[in-house]
Amino acid sequence: MYETNYHRASSIDDAVAQFAKGTDSKFLSGGQTLLPVMKQRLAAPSDVIDVAKIKDMIGIDVSGDTVTIKAATTHYDVAQSDAVQKAIPALANLASMIGDPAVRHRGTIGGSLANNDPAADYPAAVLALGAVVKTNKRSIAAEDFFKGLFSTALEDGEIITQVSFPVPAKAGYAKFPNPASRFALTGVFVAKTKSGDVRVVATGASQSGVMRVAPIEQALKANWAASALDAVTIPASGLLADIHGSADYRANLVKVMGQRAVTAAG
Amino acid sequence: MGVEGIGARVVRKEDRRFITGQGRYVDDVKMVGMSYAHFIRSPHAHAKVKGINSAEAMKMPGVIAVLTGQQIVDDKVGNLICGWAITSKDGSPMKMGAWPAMAPETVRFVGQAVAVVIAETKNQAKDAAEAVVVDYEELPAAADIKTAIKPGAPQLHPEAPGNIVYDWHLGDEAAVKDAFSKAANVVTLELTNNRLVPNAMEPRAAVAHYDQAEEHYTLYTTSQNPHVARLVLSAFYNIAPEHKLRVIAPDVGGGFGSKIYIYPEEMVALWASKKVGRPVKWTGDRSEAFLTDAHGRDHVSKAEMAFDKDNKILGLRVKTHANFGAYMSLFSSAVPTYLYATLLSGQYVIPAIYAEVIGVYTNTTPVDAYRGAGRPEASYLIERMMETAARQLKVDPAELRKKNFITAFPYQTPVIMAYDIGDFHASIDAAMKAIDYAGFPARKAKAKADGKLRGIGVSCYIEACGIAPSKAVGSLGAGVGLWESAEIRVNPVGTIEVLTGSHSHGQGHETTFCQIIAERLGVPISQVSIVHGDTDKVQFGMGTYGSRSLAVGGTAIVKAMEKVEAKAKKIAAHALEASESDIVIENGEFKVTGTDKSIALPMVALAAYTAHNLPDGMEPGLKETAFYDPTNFTFPAGAYICELEVDPGTGKTSFVNFVAADDFGRLINPMIVEGQVHGGLAQGIGQALLEGAVYDNTGQLVTASFMDYTMPRADDLPSFQLSHTTTLCPGNPLGVKGCGEAGAIGASAAVINAITDAIGNNKLEMPATPDRVWHAIHG
Repeated sequence: MYETNYHRASSIDDAVAQFAKGTDSKFLSGGQTLLPVMKQRLAAPSDVIDVAKIKDMIGIDVSGDTVTIKAATTHYDVAQSDAVQKAIPALANLASMIGDPAVRHRGTIGGSLANNDPAADYPAAVLALGAVVKTNKRSIAAEDFFKGLFSTALEDGEIITQVSFPVPAKAGYAKFPNPASRFALTGVFVAKTKSGDVRVVATGASQSGVMRVAPIEQALKANWAASALDAVTIPASGLLADIHGSADYRANLVKVMGQRAVTAAG
Repeated sequence: MGVEGIGARVVRKEDRRFITGQGRYVDDVKMVGMSYAHFIRSPHAHAKVKGINSAEAMKMPGVIAVLTGQQIVDDKVGNLICGWAITSKDGSPMKMGAWPAMAPETVRFVGQAVAVVIAETKNQAKDAAEAVVVDYEELPAAADIKTAIKPGAPQLHPEAPGNIVYDWHLGDEAAVKDAFSKAANVVTLELTNNRLVPNAMEPRAAVAHYDQAEEHYTLYTTSQNPHVARLVLSAFYNIAPEHKLRVIAPDVGGGFGSKIYIYPEEMVALWASKKVGRPVKWTGDRSEAFLTDAHGRDHVSKAEMAFDKDNKILGLRVKTHANFGAYMSLFSSAVPTYLYATLLSGQYVIPAIYAEVIGVYTNTTPVDAYRGAGRPEASYLIERMMETAARQLKVDPAELRKKNFITAFPYQTPVIMAYDIGDFHASIDAAMKAIDYAGFPARKAKAKADGKLRGIGVSCYIEACGIAPSKAVGSLGAGVGLWESAEIRVNPVGTIEVLTGSHSHGQGHETTFCQIIAERLGVPISQVSIVHGDTDKVQFGMGTYGSRSLAVGGTAIVKAMEKVEAKAKKIAAHALEASESDIVIENGEFKVTGTDKSIALPMVALAAYTAHNLPDGMEPGLKETAFYDPTNFTFPAGAYICELEVDPGTGKTSFVNFVAADDFGRLINPMIVEGQVHGGLAQGIGQALLEGAVYDNTGQLVTASFMDYTMPRADDLPSFQLSHTTTLCPGNPLGVKGCGEAGAIGASAAVINAITDAIGNNKLEMPATPDRVWHAIHG
């Protein structure tokens, strides 16, 4: 690791101010991506601003039809939350499947979304549920937030403070983990909104990051059942291919995981 | 059996320090004035080193030296050696290129060191390494066997035309041809034995110190065989004569073969410690382990088996290409030859066998012995063949095996090995009963109704362990003998130190070896210490690999104990005024049989050291040494059966059951044996389902971290059902055979046989990832 300046921010304002002072600052939340990358000398931020201990950024609130998760809340806390389990069980289930116990106790929802790893789990839920990402500057709709691999709508120094999820009528997540990394080789989140809209999102599959899956959405709008996907074909073009899964294998997984997500959603 | 004697499930003595974080590993060693080494490694698989400019690096804070490959050549440090000479079928010696510790002119694999920075801190060494400018001229690379043996392929070493190290053979080609001419059926099989990265938990490390006053070196290093390291460093690398070099391998966190070899980094640390006049520490990180620890396996084979009309095997023909990587590592040449082709008879009567092995250079990390070393490759080939044959011949795979089992011992195979004893029917019967083999068809039908593809796979392995009779291996080209030594020191108050040339890096010797003493003397194991891993304490030893420590090292302990007991009995008889032949040892006491007269061990020991009243002419002291050279290999064998389900939607494999019936001869500590089997099975299953080192066609290691290299995790594995059948090894007094490698040798075939049974398709290579299994099902 290269030498860096570490700051533990006391508030969101403090974090933003500290960030501005550095020549090449990075926000640190759970550190599950940033720290390994720094240890390998693949990143060299001048300043690291730790936001994980800011009280205003930790916690879960369920009111009415909205689940709000503050950005520095760990995956473990989301997975264990009675309120989340009751309101959106698929979201708690998704959080319980991220990484391993060590990752879940450190990693945070805000950190995951800001990093936007193409194989991360949370982006699938955020996009499928039509969540709103709130920052210190503005509110960003899920559709506008994800901009491709490791790229988001966040501006330099902008910090995610919380994410608000509308409670769906039904939702389910099915993940096929990469055997080595346990990231999603392909994960599919299906959601039926209370107004009857259907949104299906795959992570880990596309070369462009998290993606809506139109053929599955159309099939499920007609018939919300796993069997409705039997005749669906997912094109392999534009999908990722690596030693763990070819593009046609991932295309198959989008469909199969979609079916299993529907079954899980009930 | 006493509570701590042979056969007792004694809790491991060494675990207290390991699980409380008090183990002392090489990286825990700190010396006054210690400096830190960081290696500059080639990013290219094949390139000329045109120049190294360290001018800027030398100006950086804390930098003591930047040393290059040319300097190590100029100082006449020897090239790395390969210790087993193999002769090609045309009678020519194997063809090897030179392997300098750091490359002066040409790099041949990604990660090969070209220079080293020595600095006050590790971080300063890393910072300076980034400022060293290495001018490479890239060359085309041959990253796999197929590419390397093509006409016109990039050539690695001028000494080895066509990248061929040797073209070796074993067996009777004419007899095999004759057998095939009489065959009613011939079964053919092509398979790949995938390359593995050892990934011991503790990365390699070295701390080297040159004492100018004494002209003496000390090396702390992660070694499975510190005496061999000292021998090689002295005799071949010209670092220092043996009496001026102490090698210490303290607690070592796993080896699996990868810590047998003397690597460039240890050599450079020693050389550099004199050069800079400071102790030098190098601790590899995980990335360096992936790139530079000797990899394992990597064979491509074609096999044919001939059967008569009654499904009896007539002959076996095998042609294997073995990938050695860019350089010939210490024991690499022996692995695909004498540790592989000699086991191709498996558990079966095969009247004629002919094996050809072509060793190939590629621009990849050197390959050498890895848990099982040649024997997993042989076992996988034979057991995949038996399964394939059973399907082709439309007979039950277990029955086909039984029909061809060797049942009379000793049995001379056509490929050198003479199996001393075994009962292969007993182990397969035990395994079949444990898994309810007869009930499988009903379970398969039920699984099918649930949408799952269920399969069952058998693997009957045999291995040659207890490596090895020195004269025999010498006649086959080995550069060393493979005996073992032991020294028993009974201290004046009766506590005992056992000095052994075996090295424990996870095997539990500190417990098992004590149990041997406890069994013989009836003393508690708390009174016994095992001393190992230090050339200043133990005179010589050959180390630990090839499941040899108990069969060879343990027998050396028994032989030394016999001498100690003989002398102690004389002292006891003298003290008790009895005849030496009437003395028996029970519960730590020397008793006159048939009387109530006795003298306790501490009193005998005290008498030996006070020497006030010893038999006339007897030397004082109670310390004996034995060197034990085995008369044969040992032959652990067993049967593994795996039952699993494949999800046709994803290709994902889930275990239903995995049963093992092993014959290791006598078990000293069944709990430790079970642990060894669990670990071995995890590695065998890991090879079958998860692990595989993948290079791209430019020679970059794609699986260079745990993000892409799938190490087995607990939830990848079933809960194993273990059992033992026993035939005592006649070749050693303990009747033991060795258990360290069995799981890794036998498991892979059971898994692949089960998956191919489940999916009804034999075209599947390891690792059987979900992607590959899904493609095997769906095309």
